Amino acid sequence: MSAISIKGVSKRFRVSEDRQTSLKERVVHLGRAKRGHREFWALQDIDLEIEQGETVGLLGHNGSGKSTLLKCVGGILNPTFGEVRVRGRIASLLELGAGFHPELSGRENVFLNGSILGLSKRDIASRFDDIVGFAELEDFIDEQVKHYSSGMYVRLGFAVAINVEPDVLLVDEVLSVGDEAFQTKCLEKVREFQHDGRTIVFVSHAAELVRRICTRAMVLDHGRTVTIDDAASAILVFREGLLGKHLDGDRVLAHGHRITRTVRIDEVIAAWPGSDERGYVSPGDPVTIAVRYDCDAPTEDVAFALEIRDTDGTIVYGCNSDVLGGQLGAIADSGWITFEIPSLGLLDGVYRVDVGVHTHDAVTEYDFVQAAALLTVIGGPGVVGIADLSARVRDGRPL
Amino acid sequence: MLSPMTTTDPPILVVAPRRSVWRRLQAVWQYRELLVGLIRKELNVKYKDSSLGFLWSMLNPAMYMVVFYVVFQVILDSGIPNFVVYLLAGLLPWNFFASSLSGATGSIVQNGSLVNKVYFPREILPLATVGASVVHFLLQGTVLLAVLAVFRYDVALSYMWLVIPSLLVLLVLASGIAILFAALNVYARDLQHLLELLLLGWFWTTPIVYPWFLPADQLAEKGYSSSLLLLNPIVPVVIALQRAIYGTESYVRDGITTQLLPAEGAWWYLRNLGLVGLAACALFIVAIHIFGRLEANFAEEL
Repeated sequence: MSAISIKGVSKRFRVSEDRQTSLKERVVHLGRAKRGHREFWALQDIDLEIEQGETVGLLGHNGSGKSTLLKCVGGILNPTFGEVRVRGRIASLLELGAGFHPELSGRENVFLNGSILGLSKRDIASRFDDIVGFAELEDFIDEQVKHYSSGMYVRLGFAVAINVEPDVLLVDEVLSVGDEAFQTKCLEKVREFQHDGRTIVFVSHAAELVRRICTRAMVLDHGRTVTIDDAASAILVFREGLLGKHLDGDRVLAHGHRITRTVRIDEVIAAWPGSDERGYVSPGDPVTIAVRYDCDAPTEDVAFALEIRDTDGTIVYGCNSDVLGGQLGAIADSGWITFEIPSLGLLDGVYRVDVGVHTHDAVTEYDFVQAAALLTVIGGPGVVGIADLSARVRDGRPL
Repeated sequence: MLSPMTTTDPPILVVAPRRSVWRRLQAVWQYRELLVGLIRKELNVKYKDSSLGFLWSMLNPAMYMVVFYVVFQVILDSGIPNFVVYLLAGLLPWNFFASSLSGATGSIVQNGSLVNKVYFPREILPLATVGASVVHFLLQGTVLLAVLAVFRYDVALSYMWLVIPSLLVLLVLASGIAILFAALNVYARDLQHLLELLLLGWFWTTPIVYPWFLPADQLAEKGYSSSLLLLNPIVPVVIALQRAIYGTESYVRDGITTQLLPAEGAWWYLRNLGLVGLAACALFIVAIHIFGRLEANFAEEL
C-alpha cells in the first residue's frame, strides 16, 4: 500500500450567504432556510497515490483547492465523496502551536500538543529534551505560554511538530512565514526528512520552492486535477495556466503599474543548443529568448524588457531593447523579437525569465509575464556560485 | 516504521465521508492518551491561579448542602432524617451529570481553533469534559465520605453494590448526551443557553432535594402509575444511589409513617438501571453516529 492513497475525493462546501447559526434565526427562517445557501465544489474527483519517501508538491492559485486537499489528507476535513487513506503517523506544519493553552506552562503544552499529534506520554518524555533544545527554550519551559513572545510560541510549536517523528509530514505555506533563519531551519528539517525516507506533501504557490524540494507535483485548478507529473513539468503546466489567466482582462502589477495590454506577449520560447532534447542549459551555452507579440494598433513607442532572476528573486541580469541599442521601429499586428545571449554566464541553479513590454520611458507598461520561461543550469563539478566568470589560473605572476 | 519507539504496525488513518461507529470508537481508543491529557488540562486550567484550587470542587457541594439544609430542613421542615446524607446521595451524581453536559456542549465550539487545524477524533473533546467531571465527582465524593464518617452513618450494606452499576449507567448516559449536544451545538449555538434552562427543569423534576414518594403519591392519587417517574432516565440512578447510601425507606414522625424510597428489593433497582443502561448504550451509539455525520462540516462551521 502506498503511503497516501487518495481515491475519487470530492469536497463540497456550503456557503451560506447569510449565516443562520442561532436557533431563533433557524426557526424564524424555517422553510426559507435553503435560500441563503450557495454550494461549490472545492475538490472534484481527485486521485493521487503517493509512495513512501516521495515529496509531492501541490500547486495552484488561491482557491484552487490545494489546501482543502491537504486538510482532507490530514483528516481535518472529511471529503463529501471518496476516501483518503494515510499510513503512519501524520504531523502537519499547517498551524504551529495550534492547541497550545496559554494558561499552561511550556512543558505541559509540549505533552498536550504531542498527544494531540498522536504521541504517547513515554515517547514525548524521551524526546522532551530534543524538543526544548530545538526550540531554544530551556530557560522558559516552565513558564506559562501566555508569557511567551510570538517567536517563542512558533518555535515551540515547530519543535513539537517535527520531533513527533512523523511518517507523513504535511506542509502548508508555513515556510513562507517567519524570518529567514526560521525558514532555513524548516528547509533543513525537510531535507533531513527526505533523507530519512519520510513522505512529505507540500502545498505552495511558490513554484520555485516546489522545484527545489519536490520529486513530483500536482497542479490543481478550481478543484480539478490539471496534471500530476515530475516537478519541473508540472511547474511548466502551472505557469502556462498562469499565462492563460493573464490573457484576459486588465491587470495591475505588484508595483502599481497598470497594464494596458494594447501590446501583448503571446509566447516566450527559450532555446539553446539541444534544448529540444534536454531540459537544462550548460554554463556558457548560447541562449535565445524569443518573444511573440501582437498589438491592437501600430505602436511606435515600444521597448521589450528582459529580466533573469534567481530563486530568491534577485535580478541576475536585466536589460531592454533600448539599452541594448536595438531601438525598434513601429510594430504592428504580430511578430517576433529575439534576445540573444551569446554565452550564458551562469552556474548551477534555476533562473526565471521575466519578459515585459513598455513605452520607451517605461511609464506605461503594455504587458508583463513573470516566469515566462525557466533556465535550469547544470554545470560540471568544481566551481561554485551563480556567475560563470570563466576564471583561469596561471603559474607565476601575472603577465 | 521509522521510529524505533513506535510499534511495528503503522496506524492507518481513513478519511471518508462515512466511518462506522466501530471505527470511530477504535480511533478514540487509539487516542486515549490524548483524552487523559485533555482531562488533565481541563483540571489544571480550571483552578489555575486560584489559591484554594481543587478545594473549590468540594466547597461547591458543601455550600449547596448548607443552603438546601436551611431551606428544606429549617424553613420548610421536610422532616427527612439525616437530610444531609439523603441530599448528597442524589446531588453528587446530579452534579456530575449537569457539569458533564454543560461543559461538553460548548466543547467543540470552544476548541474551534484546534478542530480546524489538527486531526484527532473529535469525540475526545466532549469526552474529556465528562472525564474532568468524573474527577470532580470523586473529589466531591470525599465530602460525602466525610459526612458519613462524622455522623457514623450506617449505609445499606446489602444494597451497596448498586453503586457500581448506577455510576456506570450514569457515565454512559452522560457521555452519549454530551457527544450529541457537542455536535448539535456547532450548528445551533443556542443549545448551550437552552441547556441551562433544561438542566434547571431537569433538576427539580428529579427527586434529589425531595423524596421519591412526594411525586409518586401525587401520581397515584390521580390514578397514574408511579413508574412514570422512571421515564426520567436520571431517576433510577439517583434512587438506586439513595437506596444504597442513605438506605432509609421510611420514617415515623408523630406516629405517621412516611415513605421515602420505594420499598423494593435490590433486583427492582437493578432492573430499572438495566433498562436505562440499555437505552443509554443505544443513545451512545446513535450519538456517535450522528456526531460522525455532523462532524464532516465542523471545520467549515467554526
